[in-house]
Amino acid sequence: MGSLIPLIVAAALAPLMQALIIRTKSVMAGRIGPPLMQPYRDLLKLARKGAVYSHTTSWIFQLGPAIGLASVLLALTLIPFGGFAALSAFPGDFVLVVYLMALGRFFTVAAALDTGSSFEGMGASREVTFSAFAEPALFLAFAALARQTGQLSLSPLLAAISARTWAHAAPMLSLALGALLIVFMAENARIPVDDPTTHLELTMIHEVMVLDHSGPDLAMIEYGAALKLWLFAAIIIGVAFPWHCGHRWIDASAGLLGMLMLAIAAGLVESSMARLRLLRVPQLLLVAIVLSALALAF
Amino acid sequence: MSQLINSILVFLVLTGFMLLSSSRLAACIRAIAIQGVLLGVLAIAMQDGRLSTVGVLLPLITAAVKGLVLPWLLFRAMREADAVREVEPLISYNLSIMTGAAALALSLWLGQRLQLPSHASPPLQVPAAFFTSLVGVIVIVSRRKALTQVLGYLALENGVYAFGAAAALRLPVLVELGILLDVFAGVFVMGIAIFHISREFDHIDTDKLAALTDRLR
Repeated sequence: MGSLIPLIVAAALAPLMQALIIRTKSVMAGRIGPPLMQPYRDLLKLARKGAVYSHTTSWIFQLGPAIGLASVLLALTLIPFGGFAALSAFPGDFVLVVYLMALGRFFTVAAALDTGSSFEGMGASREVTFSAFAEPALFLAFAALARQTGQLSLSPLLAAISARTWAHAAPMLSLALGALLIVFMAENARIPVDDPTTHLELTMIHEVMVLDHSGPDLAMIEYGAALKLWLFAAIIIGVAFPWHCGHRWIDASAGLLGMLMLAIAAGLVESSMARLRLLRVPQLLLVAIVLSALALAF
Repeated sequence: MSQLINSILVFLVLTGFMLLSSSRLAACIRAIAIQGVLLGVLAIAMQDGRLSTVGVLLPLITAAVKGLVLPWLLFRAMREADAVREVEPLISYNLSIMTGAAALALSLWLGQRLQLPSHASPPLQVPAAFFTSLVGVIVIVSRRKALTQVLGYLALENGVYAFGAAAALRLPVLVELGILLDVFAGVFVMGIAIFHISREFDHIDTDKLAALTDRLR
């Protein structure tokens, strides 16, 4: 039985999670930081503006943000939250989740290349290179979890992980969790891999691809990024914080608490680490692949 | 107890990857030190509650020598040779990790093929032991600095020790002590050798030593 609740919660609270990470970083740096509602205001502001399109771009450039947002929303219908099962669940749906991410990425990259800017081409190249490393890690981590729980669909899979699973398979679960955390940071352009706040550096990855988008298109990209952050965080919390007491709303509140802790943890990582050199990023992702392969072999 | 043993074995494999992926010598030495302590705990955990004085004391001595004394010697050698990181290994770090993954697959396959006759050991034990030894071999052949090669030798020895803990619970005390003494003396001599190499040639890059001949060129 599917439920709309996970999708609604994600759609409503995803920008808040971004704001919490920013707030954590601000507090760590001794600043007050923007208000927690700032991402929502930014999105509203962008949505009200008009979009500017360069003459050199084609329809692909305008299609990119829409497909990027749509694919993440579609993927979110497969992600359970707390005690609530996802809207739809079928055997092997995690494969679809990974490929929906890939679809969104493909069109973001295509839109970036469509501008003809060499700057955006560099970002596109990096994004594709790193996701080629992140994808096997994600697949292997899912495969390891599926093997451990004997479930092939995300909703029953995450529901099957409980404190008892942790008690008898802690090494395997923590390996898969480590891999998922690295993929979480890489896919969402968080700090050891990419700095989401820079806009003027040659080393950035995700932000450089969206430089030419404006107005509603940029709003769709920003909102899609927030939803993607939520999606990966929801999977991680489902594994790391398996609270199943039977009452669905209490489980969901526990899940929200877990998301809050993960946002703070991500903020702490970002304020205590420097971004890796670009050459070292594949190494980090290779470690993620090795971790999840080890979790699968275990 | 098997949960603890499994965790130790997973950590053993992870320290192997730490050794393969880190360019800083200090991190590599730490990885070897962690391996030594893990092996000591492993040897105690393997005894499954039937503890004897010797059975506890020997692993503790092993852990102390491999986790404290040897790293101390190596850190000293590192300071004296003034080497902080391994520059340009023969195999890049990314390739090293991938070679490590291949070595892990190979050791998992070997572990399945090689059934130990005596008693039921945890499924990951033989693969972890093989993997640690293979990491040692990879490090020895692919790194340039003499110090890193010593670390590879220690990883090799750690793998053998882990295999010993799997294959035979009780080695005679004298044999274990003898092996430990050999390792200690080996690292001691290597440390002195590294010091002399670095003093004579201002570096510990073993590639350049290949150019040493009697012939005049």
